[in-house]
Amino acid sequence: MPSAHQASRRYQPRGVAVSGVGLALSGLVLSACGSSTTVNPAIPAAEAAMAAGDITCIDGRIQAAGSSAQANAITEWVNVYQTACPQSTIDYQPVGSGAGVEAFLSAQVSFGGTDAAVEGEDLDNAFERCEGNPAINIPLVGGAIAVVYHLDDVDSLVLDPSTIAGIFSSEITRWNDPAIVALNPDAALPDAAIAQFHRSDSSGTTANFSDYLEATAPDDWDYDTGKEWTAPGGQGARGSDQVSASVAQTPNSIGYVELSYLIDAINTKPVSIDQGAGPVEPTAQNASITLSTSPSFTEDGNIVLDIDYTTTVPDAYPISIVTYEIVCTAGLSDNQNPALVAEFLTFAASDSGQELLGQIGYVPLSGGLLADVRASVGVVMQGAGR
Amino acid sequence: MSLFTPPRITGSSVRPGDRNFRFTTTAAGIGVLGVLAAIAAFLIWQSIPALQNNTGNVFTNQQWLPDADPPEWGIAVLIFGTLWTSLIAMVLAVPIGIGTALFITFYAPRRIARTLGFVVDLLAAVPSIIFGLWGLYYFMPQIVPAAQWLSSYLGWIPFFSNDLDLYTKSILIAGFVLAIMILPTVSAISREVFWQVPKGHIEASLALGATRWEMIRMAVLPFSRPGMISAAMLGLGRALGETIAVALILSAVFEINWQITEPSGNSIAANIALKWGEAASNGRSALIATGMALFFITLVVNMTARWVVNRRRDFSGAN
Repeated sequence: MPSAHQASRRYQPRGVAVSGVGLALSGLVLSACGSSTTVNPAIPAAEAAMAAGDITCIDGRIQAAGSSAQANAITEWVNVYQTACPQSTIDYQPVGSGAGVEAFLSAQVSFGGTDAAVEGEDLDNAFERCEGNPAINIPLVGGAIAVVYHLDDVDSLVLDPSTIAGIFSSEITRWNDPAIVALNPDAALPDAAIAQFHRSDSSGTTANFSDYLEATAPDDWDYDTGKEWTAPGGQGARGSDQVSASVAQTPNSIGYVELSYLIDAINTKPVSIDQGAGPVEPTAQNASITLSTSPSFTEDGNIVLDIDYTTTVPDAYPISIVTYEIVCTAGLSDNQNPALVAEFLTFAASDSGQELLGQIGYVPLSGGLLADVRASVGVVMQGAGR
Repeated sequence: MSLFTPPRITGSSVRPGDRNFRFTTTAAGIGVLGVLAAIAAFLIWQSIPALQNNTGNVFTNQQWLPDADPPEWGIAVLIFGTLWTSLIAMVLAVPIGIGTALFITFYAPRRIARTLGFVVDLLAAVPSIIFGLWGLYYFMPQIVPAAQWLSSYLGWIPFFSNDLDLYTKSILIAGFVLAIMILPTVSAISREVFWQVPKGHIEASLALGATRWEMIRMAVLPFSRPGMISAAMLGLGRALGETIAVALILSAVFEINWQITEPSGNSIAANIALKWGEAASNGRSALIATGMALFFITLVVNMTARWVVNRRRDFSGAN
């Protein structure tokens, strides 16, 4: 059964983790039936990772929980790792960042996944949870937020931060607004109302997107940042899957979703963003440039990235995000299997692990940031006695 | 002076079976009250922290930022949305539900009546997520032209007007879907009530030369009025608490908007479903506080219904 289970997990389209668990479960059961004769598609990736020496097997089981934004990345890593190491089980519950950090701090899970780095009081509390050792944030999963639109006669659309802020705060309400026309002189923009979609649920995507608007268009965006959408107007939809579906279904609409929702999207096209260095398309490669050129705070393995939203580096896609794993540098109890945690993180930070991310709509880390991340994982390895 | 005096019951004649049964039923009754009290206590207990550090007025504030610093949130928008969507659902569902029940009971040939009754009851068995997805992906595109028609021809009625020229994710759509969801409740209970109208009343009115409509108006409806009110109130209870379908369909914007064809609306239950996953501790406490508000609204609705039913009973002419 485990192999069928893994195979079916692999077939899940992105986004199941975000919406109803019940749906996701029933989907698992259904596709598990259908895929009983199919070859596990994680096998080639697992073989490649083994051959590259990026996977070292540790038997046992760990529980982890946290951010749903990184759930599909972790699921992918888990599939490959478990395929290579049939004796290990890694169970990541996408319960949300807040709940994940809480579960980590109360020692219910071996590590937590979180959209925002754990800092301040929570990080101090983690000291106790790790038996007197510091806990660290490791940025492992890069991502990007794409602004997507649905205009039947417009094949490419360029916007700048202040226009995006105008659209999403209902200051710009029609597609033939002079501000949009000025950026797209050749596009056949319709004389139609803009149907703007945002997230109706609390979401890290909303937090990152509104942070971006506040940083890049402070004159046009004076709403709260955070997980709740506070700008007036627009329509809320639950989860990125439904924002994406709503944009696909509604002509003349616009919304913001995670990059992975661009893969085989019908009717939705990505907006290229121009911050002064020319229009940049949302791709994993372009977002990776922003991540590796952003300043980061690094101390004893703890890495907190301060993403440079206003970047004008050529080809750097500005609305990039990174999500973290919060882990103990040492002091994890034996039944939470510190060795497996360390080896799993090592695989995730390896070339094979990061390469997998690019294939499923996440952003692989690169450059100096990746080197720092590997050093942090090294600290965890050391703490686990490996 | 009765003709028959029952034998006097002495203490010794109470049998163990009677005693045990009485005890069991009493325990069940008290248990239900206990559970209800425990829920109320839990809601109050858990919502205290968020109520204490809220910097907005809980009844009038129209923001939802319980995890911000300082926290600021209020339930006005949620209560408005909950009541407004439910009201629209009631306006649509109650006449249709009662009409269906009357048709099944008094007009339809027996075979059709049984099939139709079964089909209506079947609606109650459809999970609400299905209604939500159906409403979002199938029904919404279909109803947009109707909403456009409403706003362009009846736009002079304030709540049909549409200033945004956008017609999706509206309270109207949510009201329609909710109406379909509460229809089986309203219809099934009304049907049960109509069956209980004394045959004597019906036959007497027909014998006096009443048409079928007159019979329904004079014999059935007065007798059934309390029951129909109960049916409507049970439907309302379901509409108030409906979560996932509303969460999917409504736009969930934090503003009070009477215009039912514009994208807007929110409800207590939907807001809990949408915000719980990413809420921190104060956010959860605030969500529980809204749950407490819904609990008391439902309580008030049910108590009002019971009061109406009791008051009407005296005048129904049925007893």
